[in-house]
Amino acid sequence: MREHDIVIIGGGPAGLAAAVSARKAGIQDILILERDHMLGGILNQCIHNGFGLHTFKEELTGPEYASRFIKMVEEEKIPYRLNTIVVDITKEKEITYINREEGLVTIKAGAVILAMGCRERPRGALNIPGYRPAGIYSAGTAQRLTNMEGFQVGKEVVILGSGDIGLIMARRMTLEGAKVKVVAELMPYSGGLKRNIVQCLDDYGIPLKLSHTVVEIHGKERVTGITIAQVDDRRKPIPGTEEYYSCDTLLLSVGLIPENELTKGTGASMSRVTSGPNVNDRLETGAEGVFACGNVLHVHDLVDFVSEEAALAGENAAHYVQKQKGGQAAEEAQSHEVPLFAENGVRYTVPQTLDVANMKDMVVVRFRVSDVFKNRSIAVYYDDQLISKRKKKVLAPGEMEQVILKKDSFSKYPDLKKITICTEGE
Amino acid sequence: MSRLNYDVVVVGGGVTGCAVARELSRYELNCCLMERAEDVCSGTSKANSAIVHAGYDAVPGSLKAKFNVQGNAMMGTLSKELDFEFQRNGSMVLCFAEEDRPGLDALYDKGVANGVPDLQIISGEEARAMEPNLSDQVVAALYAPTGGIVCPFGLTIALAENACDNGVEFKLNTEVLDISAVEGGYMLKTNQGEFTARFVVNAAGVYADVFHNMVSGRKLQLIPRKGDYCLLDHEAGDHVSHTIFQLPGKYGKGVLVAPTVHGNLLLGPTAVDVEDKENTATTAQELADVIQKTAISVKNIPYNKVITSFSGLRAHETGDDFVIGEAEDAEGFFDAAGIESPGLSSAPAIGVYLAELIAKKAGAGKKDGFKSERKGIPQVSKLSFEERAALIKERPDYGTIVCRCENVSEGEIVDAIRRTLGATSLDGVKRRVRQGMGRCQAGFCTPRTMEILARELGRPMESICKNGPGSEILIGEGRTEG
Repeated sequence: MREHDIVIIGGGPAGLAAAVSARKAGIQDILILERDHMLGGILNQCIHNGFGLHTFKEELTGPEYASRFIKMVEEEKIPYRLNTIVVDITKEKEITYINREEGLVTIKAGAVILAMGCRERPRGALNIPGYRPAGIYSAGTAQRLTNMEGFQVGKEVVILGSGDIGLIMARRMTLEGAKVKVVAELMPYSGGLKRNIVQCLDDYGIPLKLSHTVVEIHGKERVTGITIAQVDDRRKPIPGTEEYYSCDTLLLSVGLIPENELTKGTGASMSRVTSGPNVNDRLETGAEGVFACGNVLHVHDLVDFVSEEAALAGENAAHYVQKQKGGQAAEEAQSHEVPLFAENGVRYTVPQTLDVANMKDMVVVRFRVSDVFKNRSIAVYYDDQLISKRKKKVLAPGEMEQVILKKDSFSKYPDLKKITICTEGE
Repeated sequence: MSRLNYDVVVVGGGVTGCAVARELSRYELNCCLMERAEDVCSGTSKANSAIVHAGYDAVPGSLKAKFNVQGNAMMGTLSKELDFEFQRNGSMVLCFAEEDRPGLDALYDKGVANGVPDLQIISGEEARAMEPNLSDQVVAALYAPTGGIVCPFGLTIALAENACDNGVEFKLNTEVLDISAVEGGYMLKTNQGEFTARFVVNAAGVYADVFHNMVSGRKLQLIPRKGDYCLLDHEAGDHVSHTIFQLPGKYGKGVLVAPTVHGNLLLGPTAVDVEDKENTATTAQELADVIQKTAISVKNIPYNKVITSFSGLRAHETGDDFVIGEAEDAEGFFDAAGIESPGLSSAPAIGVYLAELIAKKAGAGKKDGFKSERKGIPQVSKLSFEERAALIKERPDYGTIVCRCENVSEGEIVDAIRRTLGATSLDGVKRRVRQGMGRCQAGFCTPRTMEILARELGRPMESICKNGPGSEILIGEGRTEG
């Protein structure tokens, strides 16, 4: 069986950044497996700008952002396979993939980096009643057809869900000459970034109706109209509030789900909140030597943070391989794993555990809140001791938050049992 | 007679029409099947419980009872002959209250009278031992080991392909508008012109009454009875292993919980009479009913794993039985009408029965060279790694995965398009090889599958439809920047 030091599943922004970082950390033998016919992942269809402000300090389009990393991969001569799908990963880190040229191949990896990204929630998951005609797309599918294949998917559009892709597509379809009539959002707040609401809806006069959902899809062959209605606090439609919009297209932007079918084979434990694997501060899953980063770990808003996270996963995977090989083993202290708890309005944290004895000088903990909060603080506790409290004007589920934990802050807590991240009022 | 276009025209390419056509193709008869949709299996046959009933439900002596039990017995052999998915997973009818036991006993007695083999009444404990997620409220169950599950697309398409390979002409996109008696047979006016035939088989699903009433004074009435379903992800597929029915009782008419042959979990159907024969819209009320009622039978159903919901129509005949055979006042016009549940189970037996009747009346003998076997499209993801590797060597396109949820390769999609009565639409591909049937519901694979369809059919992308005309996915090319 062929062996590689590091095998990276996915050649999108996460996989590319992980590969470059692992190479810089000294690993020569890396292989990227990508299912599409080009590297770059979903960035290739994100032709709008707004990428790279953190990473490159300039505003790039998705394909431009991707091409920067693809160039680094090419310059580093990191091998990759395209049109290649992984069908199995075992606990022993044996990876089976298939493609036209090689057929079905099983290889063994010293370390695995999971970077498969996420997929969109479909209509079915929402049980929207009505007919099942053509003209219903997840926003990402419409984005691919419009931006990569060059087709027009609809002329009159209703969008359900105000996730970022839905917002971006509202603007995109408007620019393509379509009339976007309304964006309906089930929740009382948007799931997307504030800047996207301003730049993609407000600037084009597209109404956003919060606490609204689609209650019926009309049309037998192609969509002919959509009925939306207001919902109550339990998110149930309120009779009498129905509004009919004639349209030929319904776009759905109702959530993203990390694609972890393969992860399960590794035996890694999964988080019910993120739908991704649980990881420690090295971004290593419960399966030893299997790391995760990007949207397969938890859904991000900004690709810059994906790259940053993936670089960390790549570096740690490299260290893991070097340690396994017995070379350049860094001095390691007795590990002291401390779990992180997400409480009082914080939905989850990534990572979920922290080895305070061996962590880097600082670790970024990312999380999302469960509701829109105004003038609340983000607090960090070591056991019952309040460590920090930072006031925020607005916290929203659509915007990922972070706190930074420094290694030296733990020196006074040799018996630390838990770290809690929560929101607090005044 | 030779001036007639056909010996037999079958109206309707659902499971019944295709079964009749396949059995007719054994004989020296010039047959044609007309289907208004772009593909067979586009009406009631595509949206139902996918169940092969054991046969205890129907009134003893009814046609439903007779053909169900016969069809059930045929299904195992037929699935091997025609290579479609079928499993005899056994079924249970649950009884939730002591006072309903007489109803369960009556069902058992009906089953025995209908000739259903190996029926058993088991206790609640025994039922839960076989099916651990059953409700604690179950006091007894009727267990039928001969109950089964089938792929309704697989069955119908296999019958159609085999019929076609044996010489039946299939006219798709052909809507019959009128049927009238002419000398020695019937004239069928269609959107593709006029055709004559000595015999007509009316297998037109919810429209069978319309066609029957065109030629017969003994009027039929079919009521479209709509049923909504929810389909759950593979992750929920083993929540039950048997088909779980509810005894009609104080909880009203029940709904089922069943595994599918594809490893999903199916919940439903509701039963609501509708007027419009095209009304297959799900409603919030009915979908809520499905959830509420299935929760009575089975504990902890992971309803958050629903990947799609759909609705189908049953052709309910007001006399509550199948109407099968030659119309009394219309010689040569054979009905297969009112084929609601257990229609899928009964179709193979109905096919044999009607084909024999017609062949006898026509004086046609069996023809030489009838091919009883048909080989399906290889399901690449179900093969062992070794078999899969060997296959990809032979056909590299089996190595390109297009639908990642169901692991469907380009090769399988190409096969679905190129073979006999091949797919011409996204739904046609989906029903043959499951592309787009998984948890992302065709989010990722739609653009790629459209490309393959366009390439294989030699048509522009904009002409690719979800199903029939009017369901084009794209409305045109994008704006080209100046």
